[in-house]
Amino acid sequence: MLEKEVWLEIFSAIRQNKLRTVLTALSVGWGIFILIILLGAGNGLTNGTNAQFAGDAVNTIWISPGTTSMPSKGFRIGRRLKLRNEDYALISSQIKGLKYRTAIYNVNSNRNVVYKKERGNYLCRPVLPGHQFLENISVVKGRFLNQMDINEFRKVCVMGLPLQEALFRNEDPIGKYVHIDNTPYKVVGVFTDPSQNDMQRFYLPLTTAQRAFNAKDELTDIWVSTGDVSVAQSMQMAEQIRAMLATRYQFNREDLSAMYINNNFVEYQRIMNVLGGIKLFVWVIGIMTLIAGIVSVSNIMIIVVNERTREIGIRKAIGATPLSIVTMIIQESVFITALAGFTGLGVGWGLLSLLNYIGIDSDFFKHPEVDGFIAVSATLLIIIAGALAGFFPALKAAKINPVEALRS
Amino acid sequence: MINIQGLHKSYKLGKTSFEVLKGIDLTISQGEFVSIMGSSGSGKSTLLNILGILDNYDEGSYTLNGLLIDRNLSPKQAAQLRNRFLGFCFQSFNLLSFKNAADNVALPLYYQKVGRKERLKKAHEYLEKVGLLPWANHMPAELSGGQKQRVAIARALIGQPKVIFADEPTGALDTTTSYEIMSLFREVNQQGITVVIVTHEDDISKMTQRIIRLKDGRIMNT
Repeated sequence: MLEKEVWLEIFSAIRQNKLRTVLTALSVGWGIFILIILLGAGNGLTNGTNAQFAGDAVNTIWISPGTTSMPSKGFRIGRRLKLRNEDYALISSQIKGLKYRTAIYNVNSNRNVVYKKERGNYLCRPVLPGHQFLENISVVKGRFLNQMDINEFRKVCVMGLPLQEALFRNEDPIGKYVHIDNTPYKVVGVFTDPSQNDMQRFYLPLTTAQRAFNAKDELTDIWVSTGDVSVAQSMQMAEQIRAMLATRYQFNREDLSAMYINNNFVEYQRIMNVLGGIKLFVWVIGIMTLIAGIVSVSNIMIIVVNERTREIGIRKAIGATPLSIVTMIIQESVFITALAGFTGLGVGWGLLSLLNYIGIDSDFFKHPEVDGFIAVSATLLIIIAGALAGFFPALKAAKINPVEALRS
Repeated sequence: MINIQGLHKSYKLGKTSFEVLKGIDLTISQGEFVSIMGSSGSGKSTLLNILGILDNYDEGSYTLNGLLIDRNLSPKQAAQLRNRFLGFCFQSFNLLSFKNAADNVALPLYYQKVGRKERLKKAHEYLEKVGLLPWANHMPAELSGGQKQRVAIARALIGQPKVIFADEPTGALDTTTSYEIMSLFREVNQQGITVVIVTHEDDISKMTQRIIRLKDGRIMNT
C-alpha cells in the first residue's frame, strides 16, 4: 500500500484541480457504468431467451401434417395430409435414439368445462404421458397421465394450476369430476409449466379424447425429443422421419409444406447465434466507450502536466528526481481512474440489482446481471489503462527543464 | 566551494545557436556572500542555472564542494546533488500555492524521504528562524511578498545546503522589504553558508561581499 505521504500529495493535487478531476473521473466512471449496463442488458436478453426455451425441451422435433405443394406419384398438389396413431407407433419403433415422445390431437376450439357452479372455456389437449417432458410440465398435485389411462380409455384429466383456482377455489380437485362437453372427467393431477400460457389448459388421455371428439385415430401433432445429440444428429433424425412419412403418404420429400417437421434445436442454435452477435456488439460498444474514457484520461493528464509545469519545475529544483515526478503523476492518474472506475462499477451494479429487485422481466428479457469477474476485470483494465494514460504525460513531465519551467 | 574553468554554454534557437557564456572562470570560496550582476541578456541567469545544476554546460569544468559536476550528469544525479548541497530562492518565490507555509518549507525533506512528523517539526523550526512561525499554517496567497520570500528562504535552508542561490530575490519587493530580505541572507551567510545572489540592482549587490559583473557572456572584473 502507498504511504500516507503519497496520499497527502495526491489529495492536495486533487483539491487543487477539482473540476478537471471530476471531469476525468466522470469519463471513466461513465465508461464503466455503460459497459456494466450493456453487459447486464445483453445477459438479460440471453436469460430471457433461455427462459423462453426452458418452457419446452430444447431438443424437440415437431411433426404436423400440412398440404402438398408439389405433385407426387400421380397425386395433384393441394392434397391435405393427416397423421394417424400408426405413424406415431412407426416413428417410435423405427427412429433410434428418441428420448421422449408424445402424440397430440389438437382441438382448436376451447371446450366448455364445468365444476359445480363454476364454468369456463378452456383448451383441452389430448396427449400421451410423454407430453409431460416435452412441455417441461411439473406435477404439483396428484399425477400426470399414464399409460393405463391411454390403454383403458380412462376419463381422467390433469389441469393447470391457475384453472384449479378458477374452478375449484379452495377445494382440493384431486378425485373430483369436471364436466368437459358434458362428459365427466376425473381430475388426477394439477401441473405447472414455466410458460404462463401453457398452464391455461387441461390435458386428456389421447385415446379417450379421440373417442370423445370423434377423431378416430387421427393425430394433429407428433413431438419427439432427441436426447443428448448434436445438431447434425438431430437433423438427421428429422430427415429420417420425413423420409418415412414421405414414403407412407407418397409426397415429395422436398415438399416442406406437405409435412412440417421443425427442429427446435436448430432454432435454438440460431437464436443463440443471434444473441452471441448481440453480446459481441455489446462488448464492442462497451470497449469503445472504455477507450473513449481512457483517451480522455490521457488527454486530461497531458493538460495536467502542462498546467503543473511550474510546480514540477519547483519540485525538481528542490530535489525531486525524474522518477519521483513520474510516480507522482501516475499515482494521481491511477487513483482517479480507480476511484471513478469502481464508482461506475458500483453504480452500474447497483442499478442492475435495483432493476432485478423491482422486476422488469418480460418474455425476452429476464434478470439482467453481470459476471462479477468480468466486471472487476474491466475495471482493473481501465485502471491499468489509466496508468498508461498517465505514463506518457508523466515522462514528459519528468523531462521538464526546471529552468524553463520556473521562467514561465 | 565553487570552481569554474572555461565554461561555455550556447542555446539553440531554431537553426542558429547563441553563445550565452563565452568562457567563464570563477571561484567562490566557502562562506562567501557574492552577487552576480549584469544587464538582461548578459548570461547571469544562465550562469546561475548552471551553478545550481538546473542546466548543463557545453564546455569547461565545474567543481562544487570538491565534486566534479559532470556536464552529462543524469537528471536523477542532478536532482540528488541539488537536494543535498543547494538551496534556491526565486524572484517569483515559486511556492506551491496549494500547500501552506510549513508544507512548502518541508517539501525538500519529502524528497529526502524524511517522515512527515519530523519534516513538519523541522519546517516549524526554520519558519521560526525567518520569523514566520505564526504563519506556519497560512497558504501562500495569504502572505505578503516579503513573507513569501522568507518562506522560500526557509525552504532553501531546511535541507542544510552548502550554497544558496537566489535569482533576483528582491526583484518583486519594495525597498524596505528588500533590505530585510538581504539582512536575512546575511544572517544565513554568517552561519557559514555560501550565498550567491543574482541581481541587477546596485544597492542590493553592494550589500554583498563581492560583486561579479557579467557582460556579453564574460566576466568583467572579479
